Amino acid sequence: MNLTSNIQSYSINFHDDATIINANQLNIYYSGKLTVENFNLQVPKNKITALIGPSGCGKSSVIRSFNRMNDIIPGFSLEGKIIYKGKNIYSSREDPVRIRRQIGMVFQKPNPFPKSIYENVAFGARVNKYQGNLDELVESSLIQAALWDEVKDKLKESAYALSGGQQQRLCIARAIAVSPDILLMDEPASALDPVATLKIEELMWELKDKYTIVVVTHNMQQASRVSDYTAFMSLDREKIEDRIGVLVEFDETTKLFTNPKLKETEDYITGRFG
Amino acid sequence: MLKNLSKSSFISFYNPQRVRNLRERIIAITLFGCGVFSILVTIGIIISLFSEAIGFFLRPEVNLITFLTGTNWRPLASQVSPENFGVRPLIRGTLMIAVISGSIALPLGLGSAIYLSEYASDRLRSILKPSLELLAGIPTVVYGYFALSFVTPILKVVLEDQLGIRVSFFNAFSAAVVVGIMIIPIVASISEDAMRAVPRSLREGAYALGATKFEVSTKVVVPAALSGIISAFIIGISRAIGETMAVTIAAGATPRMTLNPLDGIQTMTAFIVQVSFGDAPSGSINGQSIFAVGATLFMMTFVMNIISASILKRFREVYE
Repeated sequence: MNLTSNIQSYSINFHDDATIINANQLNIYYSGKLTVENFNLQVPKNKITALIGPSGCGKSSVIRSFNRMNDIIPGFSLEGKIIYKGKNIYSSREDPVRIRRQIGMVFQKPNPFPKSIYENVAFGARVNKYQGNLDELVESSLIQAALWDEVKDKLKESAYALSGGQQQRLCIARAIAVSPDILLMDEPASALDPVATLKIEELMWELKDKYTIVVVTHNMQQASRVSDYTAFMSLDREKIEDRIGVLVEFDETTKLFTNPKLKETEDYITGRFG
Repeated sequence: MLKNLSKSSFISFYNPQRVRNLRERIIAITLFGCGVFSILVTIGIIISLFSEAIGFFLRPEVNLITFLTGTNWRPLASQVSPENFGVRPLIRGTLMIAVISGSIALPLGLGSAIYLSEYASDRLRSILKPSLELLAGIPTVVYGYFALSFVTPILKVVLEDQLGIRVSFFNAFSAAVVVGIMIIPIVASISEDAMRAVPRSLREGAYALGATKFEVSTKVVVPAALSGIISAFIIGISRAIGETMAVTIAAGATPRMTLNPLDGIQTMTAFIVQVSFGDAPSGSINGQSIFAVGATLFMMTFVMNIISASILKRFREVYE
């Protein structure tokens, strides 16, 4: 029955205790059109996992499925299971709002709210009825996001007064203020200059002790710099005109970049394709 | 032969660049004329309004202070004296209509805007929004008779028969109810446009923090769209203040210093209609009094616009 049985792929598995998200035979559809087919991935806990691949291969579709962010897109549907903490997050019993409180997300383009810096960080805590000291939470979140020193004197100013890189770190601070388990980052540095990009990458290194990070990037250097594991996605070559995304290879980042198992991966990382 | 000549001479003078420049100039001048025309008309209206109003106030029978502070409006009384020209009953009537209709239309309009923008599916919206806007196409005279023949009888049955509260046949409340219904579509439609213009990325940012749909709507989308929503409110309220036909029909023609919405009242606009339909000669005190009332109405909406502009500056959340 498996339609993609003829597709070569290579993947590694982890012990259950070391896995935080287990995506199992995902098929993702938009308005009935198959976009990602038979996607299987085990995301290791407290590591940085990068999703790389050519544009249009469904990286964002996959990462946005991990916290049910796709639910708000009309026409989205999904088959398969995503197991998080022993439960399928797509089961009808699960509340997407609760899932998103545990699996946070940072987007491609910085999207601070048109509110003050303080209110941006406090937003998640407020909607989650946070009981503790809000000032302390804002401060510690901004410190973790390496933004505190730059903004501590202008917390009441609009977030839009910040530079793009600062806005993105503010969005990271906002995401970690609700203390999620997992941080999903959808090309978090693609709209930023190299210096700001470097800061985001350093930040990801510091955050991985406390959070599991899944990062989508089209920048292979970035994936090799920041991630522990890398999943390479591509378009199904058998049905190239249908533009269906599939997982090709998933391995430790060093292995995938130095010694890829599959020729398709090698072609991509050496720049012969994509 | 002649034909050929004229054609060739035309071609020799034909310079595409010059023709194009000329055409661009004509277009620019025409468009400038359109802009200037509307400004000139506005200026003309203001001049005629205020010159007649000044003529009114220069009369010995009236003065500006008693006009603004007086509580009796009896312009048709046989005795013409300043104390019969106090505009406050008319202002109060107008404000009563505006406040009641606003407190009906603003929450309902905003609620339906939030529903249409954030909750309704595309299909449902494509049905609901045009039908809401259809409400705006109903002639106001129909609303007026709807108030008289539907709302007032209900008030009579519910309040007068059941609770023993006296309800006048002409009353401010039923007029205000239909004016409120009348302005819901404006408030809803403009607010919804403003909310739909809020980028999806802001909604996603809030959803990703575990906000519910209601929190996303009220804490992110509405604040971000506030400038458009306030504009919708202002336009709606201005419409209620300027509304004429429905209040003339349903609210009565009795200028009265009252706070009871179940009494008959008269609004500023209804007074203007009343005098205009009579045969007050131009230049007479009655003919001029409608300009004085009109100028007061104009100043009211003008001040309201200034206040709303400052509110907007204070509270709007600008997104890029």
